[in-house]
Amino acid sequence: MSAETTNTSTNNAAFYRTKRVFVRVGVLPFFLAIALIVFTALSSKFLTGQNLMNVARQSVYLVLVSLGQMLALISGGFDLSVGTAIALTSVVSATGMVWLSAVFPDAIWLAITIGALMGIGAALLIGLVNGVGVAYFEVSPFIMTLGVSSVGAGLALFLTGGVPVSDLPFAFGDTFGFGRLWGIPVPVIVATFCIIIMWVFMSRTRLGTQVYAVGGNIKAAHLSAINTRKTLMLAYMICALIASLTGLLLTARVESGEANLGGTIALESIAACVIAGVSLRGGIGRVENVVLGAFFIVLVQNGMNLAQVSSYMQMVLLGMLLILAVIFDQLRYRMIMSGR
Amino acid sequence: MTNIPLVQTIGLSKQYPGVLALDEIDFDLMPGEVHVLFGENGAGKSTLISMLAGANVPSSGAILRDGQKSHFESVADAQKRGIYTVFQEFSLIPTLSVAQNIFLGWEPRKGPFIDHRAMRQRAAQMFEELEFDIDPSAITATLSRAQQQMVEITKAFHGDLSVLILDEPTASLTDREVDHLFRFIKDLKARGIGIIYISHRMQEFARIADRITVLRDGAKIGTVAMADTNDGALVEMMTGRAISEIYPRIAQNTGDVFLKVDQVLTTGLHPCSFEVNAGEVLGIAGLVGSGKSRIFRTIMGLNPRLGGQVELAGCDITKSSTRAIIEAGVYYLSPDRKHEGLDLAKPCNDNLAVNPMMARLDEKLRGFVNWIAIRQKTGAIADKVELSEGYRSKLVSQLSGGNQQKVLFGKAFGQDIDVYIFDEPTVGVDMGTRAALYRLIRDLAEAGKAVVLISSDLPEVLNLSHRLLVFAHGKITAALSGDSMTEDQVLKHFFDETGATA
Repeated sequence: MSAETTNTSTNNAAFYRTKRVFVRVGVLPFFLAIALIVFTALSSKFLTGQNLMNVARQSVYLVLVSLGQMLALISGGFDLSVGTAIALTSVVSATGMVWLSAVFPDAIWLAITIGALMGIGAALLIGLVNGVGVAYFEVSPFIMTLGVSSVGAGLALFLTGGVPVSDLPFAFGDTFGFGRLWGIPVPVIVATFCIIIMWVFMSRTRLGTQVYAVGGNIKAAHLSAINTRKTLMLAYMICALIASLTGLLLTARVESGEANLGGTIALESIAACVIAGVSLRGGIGRVENVVLGAFFIVLVQNGMNLAQVSSYMQMVLLGMLLILAVIFDQLRYRMIMSGR
Repeated sequence: MTNIPLVQTIGLSKQYPGVLALDEIDFDLMPGEVHVLFGENGAGKSTLISMLAGANVPSSGAILRDGQKSHFESVADAQKRGIYTVFQEFSLIPTLSVAQNIFLGWEPRKGPFIDHRAMRQRAAQMFEELEFDIDPSAITATLSRAQQQMVEITKAFHGDLSVLILDEPTASLTDREVDHLFRFIKDLKARGIGIIYISHRMQEFARIADRITVLRDGAKIGTVAMADTNDGALVEMMTGRAISEIYPRIAQNTGDVFLKVDQVLTTGLHPCSFEVNAGEVLGIAGLVGSGKSRIFRTIMGLNPRLGGQVELAGCDITKSSTRAIIEAGVYYLSPDRKHEGLDLAKPCNDNLAVNPMMARLDEKLRGFVNWIAIRQKTGAIADKVELSEGYRSKLVSQLSGGNQQKVLFGKAFGQDIDVYIFDEPTVGVDMGTRAALYRLIRDLAEAGKAVVLISSDLPEVLNLSHRLLVFAHGKITAALSGDSMTEDQVLKHFFDETGATA
């Protein structure tokens, strides 16, 4: 032990290795290690297969939204209206399904499909408005998506009068909320599909690469024959689409259309992305890390639940975590730019 | 004149981890002298002045102020001892008024409150003394860059100024403003103030310099009196090679008209018409603000197009989007690699990959990037622009200006292009890199491409172009070729105030 501590050169080497990992992938590995140690110490139930499976299942929704949020962040902006997209999807699709299933009681799946499409359409409208504002009118993404999120939330509440839309077709909740395929929960399958598609999109397609280029330096991208407006539009549309998908899954899970679904998810998804090394300045970020980042957030929430931290205190800690992640992002960016 | 130098360095060195930025420099500045520091980027000029300015601490060696060994704690400390530096990056706050900027940290007070009236009056007084025509209550952001520079210089006159350090002061000035600055410098000389002057523009040295110290790779190559030297000798000292090795000869086989510009109009310009032919280098000379860059930005669709017509190989591209114009075969290399050219936080390879990707290089499945082909292509491009193997996977932000410029240049080779528009392709680039970029320009022209070379560097356009258009006051004032392409001719048309065209 003493030989180890006195050897400063190995300490130094370890420090530089730590720094390299930090510059490469960001703060996530360190946070994950700390969280695992702390929560394992606090609760014996934390590090069990059962609990981790539980976390994996619960994290599906945040993973999905974070994938969309990542796209907005990499394009150089962010999307505060993901929660609204979820709420609006939930309300619109539920209303649609309830109404349609009353009209066509014999064609429940038709009602479900059309209702779902209506919800997706509503969310895409949100994405479209965001995209047009950011890409064509060059409104700052912060203001644009904040404004849209208020508009959307207001509409969702207006449509339902603040009362949850109930009496959804049972088949919807049974399949997408609690259903299993090959023994795997359906939401997990949906998320896995989305992860794979996003990974292929970001690393293999021209459009995905364009998002990186636009976020890195939009003027340079413009001078490299990239349609920057179309690319930005696309980022916000896909972000809304994925949020909408999450909204459908959540609606199926709670078996009602609710205007307050996704209330904290904008903050959580941004935290997940930033912790996972997605730069707030755009241009940098990886799908696989974002998945881990979202998983990490849910893991921390789960650990805090097991450690019986009150939900109010959890909000405090989550906000602090986000700020901490942003500070580390700043440090990392400085290291990248100075080349050390 | 006394013979104690105002400032002197003895064996001044600066060691950074792994790099010796400055190697035992002996330098001195006499009262009433303009001493030019000359050298390539990274030669150590900035390091040297940063230590004289108090922004940086030497690793070894000594700085003598009026013969006394001195140690500057900070820039403010150096200013207190009469050494004032005007850096390239201005220290002005754009949203404040000119007077507020000048008195930032020195505000005259009336009780606990700032006395704005006294501030304006004193600023006006200082401007009058220095013969600067600037309104002290104007908001700084509304001034031209030249005027901002004058404000920056005015700030130096709070204290007891004895050494003025100017870092590339003329980089963004028009010639008339340069004249003004030089008159002013002569004034200062007469008052016994010593001036350290950093510039790349050799044509300026004959007008103001007394002595020139040449640095290369952190070492002092020599100090010469201006009267005893000439441009060729200076370049040789700076680069270690002769001037004829820098500019290649470019064979001229003028082909068809590639780009036909007819009466193109934008804000601040008169309608311009000219043609760019295959296999030639068309030089575009002019001062900053002459419109030489704006006309091409207009053609590319980066500025509003208010009229006229542009044809590319017979096709009308007057109203096409920038993207469509690039795809049709015109490449515009931005003069501002940080803001418009490169994605600094990404590796060189990724920066180079964007253009071939957008050209859909070898896409097997539509919309899917063929990374294997792209990686081969970026490797070939990096070879072509002579970017060292070790730099290719490094982030652009970590490279020197010269290497960054090579990456920016490399982006031009990512797709099929017929007309290359290089806007200030060698700005802030050392001679070695310049020579490499010039060879690339030669290869392009000799391969039958059309090259437009927009440059404020007169020797560069004169040596490389087959034909030369001179811009002044938003219009073409001369079209020169062959023997008429001389420095005198170009300079004459720079100041063509009468409006007569050649």
